[in-house]
This record gives sequence, structure tokens and C-alpha cells, in this order.
Amino acid sequence: MTTSRRDILKLGAFGGAAFMAGIPGVTVSAQGSELTIAYNVNLPSWDPTVGPSAVNPTIQAIYQSVFDMYIAQNPDLSFAPGLVTKWGWNDDKTQIMMEVRDGVTWHDGSPFTAEDVAWSLERAGKPETGNPIQFVWSKVGNFKVDGNKITADVKEFEPVLFKWMSFLTGYVMPKAYYEKVGAEGFEKAPIGTGPYMMEKFERNAFVRLKVNPNYWGGKPAFETVIIKFVPDSSSRVAEIESGSSQVTLEIPYDEFDRLKAKDGLAGITTPISDIGMIFLNDIDVMLDKNVRLAAHHAIDKKLIIDRLLNGYGIAIDTLETPQYAAFDASIKVGYDPEKAKQLLAASGYSTDKPAKFTIQTTKGFKPKDYEMIQAIVGMWRKVGIEAEIEIYEIAKHYELRAADKLAPAAFYNWGNAIGDPTTSTGFAMFGPSPHSVWDSKDLVDMIIPLWGEKDETKRIDGWKAVDKYIAEQGYVIPLLQYVQPIIHAKSIKVTPHVSGALLPALMSPA
Amino acid sequence: MGRNLLIRLGSTIVTLFGVAFIVFILVRVVPGNPIAMMLPPGATDADITLLTAHYGLDKPIMTQFWIWLGRALQGDFGTSISLRQDVIGLILGRLPATLELATLALLIAVALGGTLAITAARFRGTAAETGIDLANGASLAMPDFLWGLTLILLFGVAFPIFAISGRVSPTLDLPFVSGFYLIESILRLRFDIFLDLMRHMLMPALALALPLAAVIAQLLKTSLKEAMQQDYVMLARTKGFSETRVLLSEALRNAVIPTLTLAGVQFTFLIGGTVIVERLFSYEGLGNMAIDAVINRDLPLIQGIVLVFALLFVLINLLVDLSYALLNPRLRHG
Repeated sequence: MTTSRRDILKLGAFGGAAFMAGIPGVTVSAQGSELTIAYNVNLPSWDPTVGPSAVNPTIQAIYQSVFDMYIAQNPDLSFAPGLVTKWGWNDDKTQIMMEVRDGVTWHDGSPFTAEDVAWSLERAGKPETGNPIQFVWSKVGNFKVDGNKITADVKEFEPVLFKWMSFLTGYVMPKAYYEKVGAEGFEKAPIGTGPYMMEKFERNAFVRLKVNPNYWGGKPAFETVIIKFVPDSSSRVAEIESGSSQVTLEIPYDEFDRLKAKDGLAGITTPISDIGMIFLNDIDVMLDKNVRLAAHHAIDKKLIIDRLLNGYGIAIDTLETPQYAAFDASIKVGYDPEKAKQLLAASGYSTDKPAKFTIQTTKGFKPKDYEMIQAIVGMWRKVGIEAEIEIYEIAKHYELRAADKLAPAAFYNWGNAIGDPTTSTGFAMFGPSPHSVWDSKDLVDMIIPLWGEKDETKRIDGWKAVDKYIAEQGYVIPLLQYVQPIIHAKSIKVTPHVSGALLPALMSPA
Repeated sequence: MGRNLLIRLGSTIVTLFGVAFIVFILVRVVPGNPIAMMLPPGATDADITLLTAHYGLDKPIMTQFWIWLGRALQGDFGTSISLRQDVIGLILGRLPATLELATLALLIAVALGGTLAITAARFRGTAAETGIDLANGASLAMPDFLWGLTLILLFGVAFPIFAISGRVSPTLDLPFVSGFYLIESILRLRFDIFLDLMRHMLMPALALALPLAAVIAQLLKTSLKEAMQQDYVMLARTKGFSETRVLLSEALRNAVIPTLTLAGVQFTFLIGGTVIVERLFSYEGLGNMAIDAVINRDLPLIQGIVLVFALLFVLINLLVDLSYALLNPRLRHG
């Protein structure tokens, strides 16, 4: 038997047709009980309490789908009963007291108990566990469990302890299960008490979640949630545009505006708890208060937001956003180029004899980061500041910041999902912290008493005073509060969370 | 031949040692400290010292290298800082996905490039050859990731035939025991999974294959045209063979050797190209993991992945040399 060229062509055509016909699910639509989300990060590890991924804010939404935090957090950042339903201090704040929820089960069907909470907190406080927030958890110990009540001794008063129970690494882990399977077993088959159960996980590709029908907070709307890890923003745009995913986030604002106008798609923008800022280091010309304040007054933040971020952003003058506990709307610095010129003139600088320094920035790490700094440098030039831009990778920023070797000015973004001033102004501006580069004694002395302040009103007022002082002295240049763009199919209702966590449990069919 | 092989194996070991050494030094001197990236908000100087010592980064670089090498020779490439898992296990888990993608891309490149070359040689001097030359030029002018974006827009968005991201549909349950999904799906006669895999792999494979296909087409066409001028081809023509038969059965046999050699060498570059393409298509291979490792300054993982890439380069080049010797009688007997 011989095969002619025509036979081969026929075979090819037949094969092609068969292949096309056999393609399963060419496009995915929101099929009632199934939801697909194109997410912008990979999930490195399943233990939400240890390792670098535990403090990665973007991953928290995935963790919060499978695990519950000690204390829940509403979409507006306010706190709510979670697995811990009541919490507080005794009168002299030497003990903490908690009550845990009854009738909750782990994903394997075993009952959740107060022992799980006590064990999780104890484990988090041990240095050998590798919890990055161990410095907070270790401030309580000697846990005693009585039914659904827990008490513990305070070793060092930490006013933000309960807020941390809704923040990084604040997850309740299954004591009996973890002890049985160990760290490696848990990585392969993690269980929590959260709204969804991990069904299938392919690293760098996707995680398939199955609804937890017994979830104490009510059964979520979607039976199955697929979270695809799509780090490339153009691929996420293609995912949503082709209908392969129904929800995505963190895409360029131009694409957001284009996509939300398309049939079948809608867009949400929410101001989240991330801010853009310029760190100032207490070196060189930054030791001159006039230069610092002039650098701040010369920046037209609104113009930058309107022109570069399509209007998606909120100008800020302190490191607190309106959702934070210590936000004070009365603290204003303001755009005033004439004042900037006067301040510089007082120090002998002008457009002919400019103050010179280097500003470091990332390029492409945050939306229009480099372009923003370019615009700022242009604004500075007009008042008598000549700044040279140095581009670095985010890893280099961390290294330089930890070593206190940042340039006189350095762009960065700061997240604070619990909205407490300690986790914004506190860590960013407290000299001894490895995350701060402004080390002046006046500020350190002002902040130190606030770390242990037991009166909450006095504590918050104290931080407001610190923010006011920082603004007056020009120790940092806060720029804007970021707005998170979310694009979704109109068939899906999405409730955004101010923390920036895109939570499947807050989504339902429209 | 045996002596040559021994010399090549010896040089392979030296090359790998050199690569390991250079990469080890480079990843430690380039900007970006993994410890700084891991620091919690309230970390103290003591915490930094503790963490640095925990990962062995407090020792001199050369001491770190000898410790690493000693363990690596025993098969222990350390633990990933960001993934907290055994490096070798992570790499072996992802390597099959990358090898399958690169092999598929090579097959497409050879088939496409070969077809274009034969067509251009058969219709040399006509508009068909000019058209193919133009297509080759366009294909070469665009890098693989740009081809990837174009394909996504074309076959992912405008005509959504193929999947944009991933290696396999998340809804499928795979009964496989190895990471070679494509091969296992064929062996187990699971053509539903095979089709799903192809739906995910064809676009990234094509993005990788198109520039290589152009190179193959150009080289093979030139070789074919030269071969068509040789005496043995003239003889075949005088025997009354058709032009197509002369091309396929006489000229192609001789012209294909340098092309196969080139394809082998290019395969190594193709594996390197998977890094960006895998990222673009969110394909769960070694390249995608390499980017995460670099972003997180995961030194043990970067070290392991680069070494595996280097090993693949060296082994493939060795195989190409050996196969070239087998294909070319003059070298075999020389």
C-alpha cells in the first residue's frame, strides 16, 4: 500500500479538525459554582506563619481563603470576631484573655479547640519556628486553657498585639494535624478552618479550592475557586479579556480603563492600605531642614496622580491614610513651589545654584514608579533642586535600607493592612528599626514611649503628634495612597477589601 | 573515539565546576541581600545576625563555596530560602515540564523550518522563495517573548483557541506518577489530557520555535541549494528523476547534517529561552521558578537551577558532537 500526498493532506486536515473538536473548554465562563481568578503572585509555601512568604502582603488573600486568623477583619479594616470571639487585657495589662468560637471544625473534620489557638500562639513565639513576627508573639506566654477560654501572661506589653492577630502570620494552625504530619506533610496537604479547602496545588501554576460547606462564617457562594498564578500583567489582561478568568487585579490603569468599558466586564477601584513615599536619609543636604521641606512643597501630588495614574490615587501628607487609626486630616504640607524656592534661598540654593542629591527608585515594581520620580525631579528642578535618579531593584532597596545606606532620597511603597500607626509611621520612622533610615534622636525620643503606651487614646494621640512633627520637620515625603484596580466579569459581584486582599469568599454571582 | 569521549567527559566536569564557582560568587556579589528581604518590621540587629548565621551567609564567600560544594557532591544542594524545600526536589519536580516544552518547541521548529526550507529550495527563484525569505526575516526579527505576546493576543484573546496560562487545566485530575505529563498521557492513552496539555503548550512552544524555525529554514535552504549543484544530483536528474524526488532523496540527505548539528546546539539556547516564555504563559517549569528565585534572592535555588541549565547545555552539546560523529562517516573513521 502506498500513501499519496493527497492522503497525507486528508489525514492532516482530519487530525486538525479532531484536535480542535477535542479541545476541552476553549473559553471558561463563570459557570455558576465555579470561579477563576488570575492572581498576580505565586504561592511559595502553604504555612502562613513561617518563612518570607508569611510576610508577603499580596499572598495573604490565598492564605485567608484556607486559614482563619485569630481575629477577623472586615473589608473596611475594622476588626470582628473570628476564631477568637472575645479578647482583651486584665486591668493592669499583665494578662490577656480570649474566648474561642464553639462548633468549628478543621477541614479534615476534627474539632477546632482553644488548644489550637494556644498552641499556634506559643509556636509563633518560639524563635526556632521561624515566624518572622516572633518579636510580637513572644511578648505573651504561659498559656492556660479552660474550656473555650484562654489566658496568658504578658511578658512585655504590646499595645498592638490583638491587631497583629488580624495581620501577618496571625493564623490559627491545627495542632493535632500539624504534629501528626509535620512541616513537610502540611506543605503537601494543608488544612485550616477557612472558607475554602485546598484541593489541588500546582506550584507556579494554580491552586484549586473547594468550598468548606461547614464554614462557621456561612458557606461561600462558589463551590470551586481556581486561582491561577499569572505574574505577568499583560497575561492577566489577556486572561480576563478572553474570558479564561473572571476576576483579576493589579493591571496597568490604562488597561483597566479600556477593559472596564468592554461588554461583559466591570471595574472596581478601591483605595487600599498601600502608600507610595520617599524615604529621606539623614545625610548630606537632607540634614538641612529647608531642603527637606522645599523638596516636599515642590511636589504637585495631584498632578502626578491625574497625569500618570489616570486619577487613581489619593495624595497624602503623612504616612497614615484616611482608613488608619492615627489619620489626622489637619496635618497638611501642601504644594507650594514659591515657598519651596524661599526655603531653598534661605539655605543659599537657587535654580542657578541647586541643592544636589541622588534619589533612588525602582522601575516597574509599582505602577509608574520611575515615571513619578522623573516628574518629581522635574518639579524639583524648577525650584532649585537637582536630583540624579538611580534605578535599583527592590532587593537592593531592602539591602540598603537594612544597612542604613539608602541615598538621601529613595522611593518606596509601604503597606499597613491593620492601619495601626506602629506598623506605618512606627517601623518606617523609628531610627533603630532596620526599616527606617531617619535616625535623629529627637524623633527616636518621641517615639520610644509610644511602643508601650497602655492608654489607647493617649497612644493614638501620641502617634498623631509624631506625624505632625515629622511633617513639620520634613523627615519623610509621603506621596499617595494607592488605588487597587480590579476587573471582573459582570456576572460576578466582587467586594473589595481595603487591605488589598482579593478574597474569593467576598465574591458571589451577580 | 573512546579517548575523545573521556576527554569530553573530563572537560564537562571542569566546565560544571567553573560554572558552579562563577555563579556562586556572582549571586553573592550582585545587589540584593536575601536576609534584608526577609526582615520583619521589628527586626533588631541581633535578629539580622541570627538570620544571617542561620543561612550560613556570615562566613567568607570561599568558605561558603567549599561547604556548598562538599554537600553538592553528596547530592545535597541545600534548602530553598523562599520555598523552604529541598532544592534538588524542587528542580527535579519542574525540570520535566521545561524539557517537554523545549522538546516540543524543537520538534515544531524542525518540522516548520524543514518544510519551509524544502519548499523554498524546490521553488527557488520564484515568488514562493521570496515569500519564505520574508517570513523567515520577520520570524528572526522578533524575539520569542514578543512572539508569545502576539500569539496570546491572536489565539488567546481574538480567537480564543488556546489556553493563555498554565500547563494543564486546573479542573483536570492527573493520574500521573512522573512530571512528564505529555509522554505519560500518550502512554496511558489519556488523549483527553493530551489534548488539554497541547492546548496549553502549543502557544509557548510556538513562541520558542518560530525564531529557531527561521534559522533552520535559512541554513537548510542554503545547504539544499548548494547540494542541488553537486554532481550526484546532476546524475540523478539525468536518470530522469523528478525535481522533488531529487531534492528529497538525494540533496536532503547530505544537506541535513549541518542543520541537525545546528538544531542540537540551538536546543540549548531554546532551553534558556524558556525562562521568559514560561513566565509569560505562567507555565510551571524551571524557568518560571528561576525568575521567582532571582526576585527573592533565593541563593541556593538560583545556584541549583543555573547548574542544572549548565549541565543540560554541556550534555546536549556532547550528544550533538557524538551524533555528528555518527552521522558523518569521515569523522567516525577519522
